[in-house]
Amino acid sequence: MNLALRDLRHNLGRFLLTCVGLGLLLGVALAMVGIYGGVVEEALSLARNMRADLWVVEGGSRGPFAEASRIPGDVREAVARLPGVREAGSLTFQTVEARHGGGPGGVVPDEDQVRERAGEAGRQRSGTVLRLQVVGYEPDRPGGPPGILEGRGITRGRLEMVADRSAGLPLGAVVEMANLRYRVVGISTRAVSTGGDPLAWITLRDSQDLQFRLSPPAARRAQQGGGGAPPQDTVNAVIARLSPHADATAVAAEIRRWKHFSALTGAEQENVLTRSVVDKARKQIGLFTTVLLLVSAVIVALIIYTLTMDKMREIATLKLIGAPDRTIVALVMQQALLLGAVSFVSGTSLLLAVKDHFPRRVVLGVEEVSGFGVLVFVICLLASLLGVRYALRIEPAQALGG
Amino acid sequence: MSALVELCGISKGFGAGEARVQALADITLSVDAGEVVGLRGPSGSGKSTLLNLVACILEPDAGTLRLAGETVWDGRWSRADLRALRREKIGFIFQFHNLLPFLDATDNVALAMTLNHVPLDEARRRARALLDHLQVGKRASAMPAKLSGGEAQRVAIARALANNPRIILADEPTAALDSERAQVVMDLLRQVAREQQAAVIVVTHDDKIFSRFDRLVELRDGRVEAGGA
Ligand SMILES: Nc1ncnc2c1ncn2[C@@H]1O[C@H](COP(=O)(O)OP(=O)(O)OP(=O)(O)O)[C@@H](O)[C@H]1O
Ligand SMILES: [Mg+2]
Repeated sequence: MNLALRDLRHNLGRFLLTCVGLGLLLGVALAMVGIYGGVVEEALSLARNMRADLWVVEGGSRGPFAEASRIPGDVREAVARLPGVREAGSLTFQTVEARHGGGPGGVVPDEDQVRERAGEAGRQRSGTVLRLQVVGYEPDRPGGPPGILEGRGITRGRLEMVADRSAGLPLGAVVEMANLRYRVVGISTRAVSTGGDPLAWITLRDSQDLQFRLSPPAARRAQQGGGGAPPQDTVNAVIARLSPHADATAVAAEIRRWKHFSALTGAEQENVLTRSVVDKARKQIGLFTTVLLLVSAVIVALIIYTLTMDKMREIATLKLIGAPDRTIVALVMQQALLLGAVSFVSGTSLLLAVKDHFPRRVVLGVEEVSGFGVLVFVICLLASLLGVRYALRIEPAQALGG
Repeated sequence: MSALVELCGISKGFGAGEARVQALADITLSVDAGEVVGLRGPSGSGKSTLLNLVACILEPDAGTLRLAGETVWDGRWSRADLRALRREKIGFIFQFHNLLPFLDATDNVALAMTLNHVPLDEARRRARALLDHLQVGKRASAMPAKLSGGEAQRVAIARALANNPRIILADEPTAALDSERAQVVMDLLRQVAREQQAAVIVVTHDDKIFSRFDRLVELRDGRVEAGGA
C-alpha cells in the first residue's frame, strides 16, 4: 500500500495545480539551458561551418574571431606544402553594414561600370540596412559555404555573393557594400557569425578590395603608397584540412615553429570561441538558471513541509501504531519526488512543444534534458529533507488527546 | 489469571526545578487478561500520562512496567523494539478516530496488519471480516470523511484489533459519541476483552459509562486514590 500516492490521490486537484505551477517554473529554467545551448551553437556555427582542422593566424593571437589577426595571403602555399595537409585556403572576415533594395536588381555590372556607379550609389542611398558577416574565400579552396540551398556557388568571381538563409535575401538580390553592388547567386544553409549575424561569402579578391575601401582614409593612403597599386594581399587566417591519418596537434606544433605565426586546432578554436564569446552569456544565463532552480527548491521544500504539517496527526498515529521510521520517511520523500517528476515531465513537454516559436534559438539535446531531470530529482530529494526532519520529530503522543 | 499490565512504583515528572510537575507518583496498578478497567480523575491528574507510559511512548523516572510478562525500559529496548512491541501487543483507540483520511475503511484496518508484515490481500480479507464482525461491513469501502462518528469509531476499533493485541488502550473513546453509541462501543470493548483475553484500559470522563467497567481506578494529583487493587 503506497501511502504517498494514496494521499496525493486524495487531494489530486491541489497536487496537479501545484505541479502545473512548478512545471512552468522548471520549463523556464530548462528554456534557459536551451537558450544557452543556442548561444553556444551560434558562437561555434561559423568556425564549424569552415570545417577546418587547423587555423593558422598571426603570431601570439588567438584569432581570427576572438582576437585580430592579419597575415600575408601567401602563407597558404607554405601551409599547403606541409606533410599531412590535404588542402588549405585563405580567409578574411569582416562585419559589414550592407544595404539592399529588396527584390532582384538589374543586370550585373562589369568592372568598369562598377567603378563608374560607385559615386552614383553613394549619392542615392536607399533600401534596408543589413548586418552581414562577410567571408572572403578562394572558390575551390576550403572556407566556402557549407551547403547551397538555392542557386549556385560563386563561379564567375567578381561581385557575386552567397548569402545565408537567415539574411532573408532572395536569389538575385543586389546588395551594396562600400559603394559596390553584389549580386546574390546562392542561398546557403543556416550559418551565422559568433554574434548571430548572417554569413555572406564573396571571393577573397572582392573581400580584400572591400577591406581596403572600408579602412580609414589615412591607412588607405599609406597602403596605396600614393600610386594606383592594388591592395596588399593580406588575409585574416589560413585554414587547413588534414588527411585522415595526420595529427592536427603535431602539424600545429610544426607551424608554431615558424616566426610570426600561430596555429590552433579545430578543437582549440572552438575552445577559444566558447571562452571569449560565450562566457558572458554563460555567466548571465547560469545566474538566471541558478536563481530559478533555487526558487524551485524553496517552493518544493515549502510545499512538502506544509503537506507534512497537514499530516501531523496521521503521522503521529502511524508512529503510535508502530510504523517504522522508514515508512514515514518514504511517505514524505516519495511525495517530493512525485511532485518533481510530474512537474518536470509537464514542464519539459510544454517547452519542447513551444520551443521552435521562441525568439531565441533553443537547443536541447537528450543529454541536457536528462541532466536537468537528474538535477530536479536531486533538488526534490534535498528539499524534502525539511519535511522529513519535521516528520521524524513528531511524537507518537501527539496522536492522543484532543 | 496473570496480570497483562503491571505497574510497580511508577513515577513520572515533567520539567525541572521550580517548574517541575510530578505527573505521576508511585503508581502501582495491574490489569488482568479479560478485564476492562476505567481510569478517571480530574483534569491534570495524570490519566494521559499513565496511558502514554503503558503505551511505551514515555519512559518512567522510577518503577517497573511489565507488559504481557516482559519488563519494558530495562535498558535492552531500542526505539524500534518499542514500536514492534506496540505493533504486536497494543491496540489504540482515540477520542477522535484518527483514521487516515486518504485510505478507505478497509485499508485503514489493513494498514495496521501490513505494518505487521501480513500480505496486503490477506490483510484486506481479514479487515473486511473484522469490519463485518463490528457491524460496519457495509461501509468497508467508504472514506473516513463519509463515515458517521459511530461508524468511524467502530472502524477505529477494528484497526485497534487488527493484530489481535493483548492490551487495548483507549483515550476518551466515547467523548465524541452520544450515549447510545457510547454504550455500543463499551459493549464492543467488553466483548473483545472476553473473546481475546485482552486487558483493556479506558481513560474517560464520561459518567454514563462508569457502570460498564469491571473496575474504576481513580487518579488524583498523580496518585491512585481508589481501585488500585
Ligand atoms: N509533555 C509534558 N510536559 C510538561 N508537563 C506535562 C506534559 N504532559 C503532561 N504534563 C503535566 O502533567 C500533569 C498530568 O497531565 P495529564 O495530561 O496526564 O493529565 P490528564 O489527567 O490526562 O488531564 P486531562 O483530563 O485534562 O486530559 C499535568 O499537570 C500536565 O500539565
Ligand atoms: Mg488527558
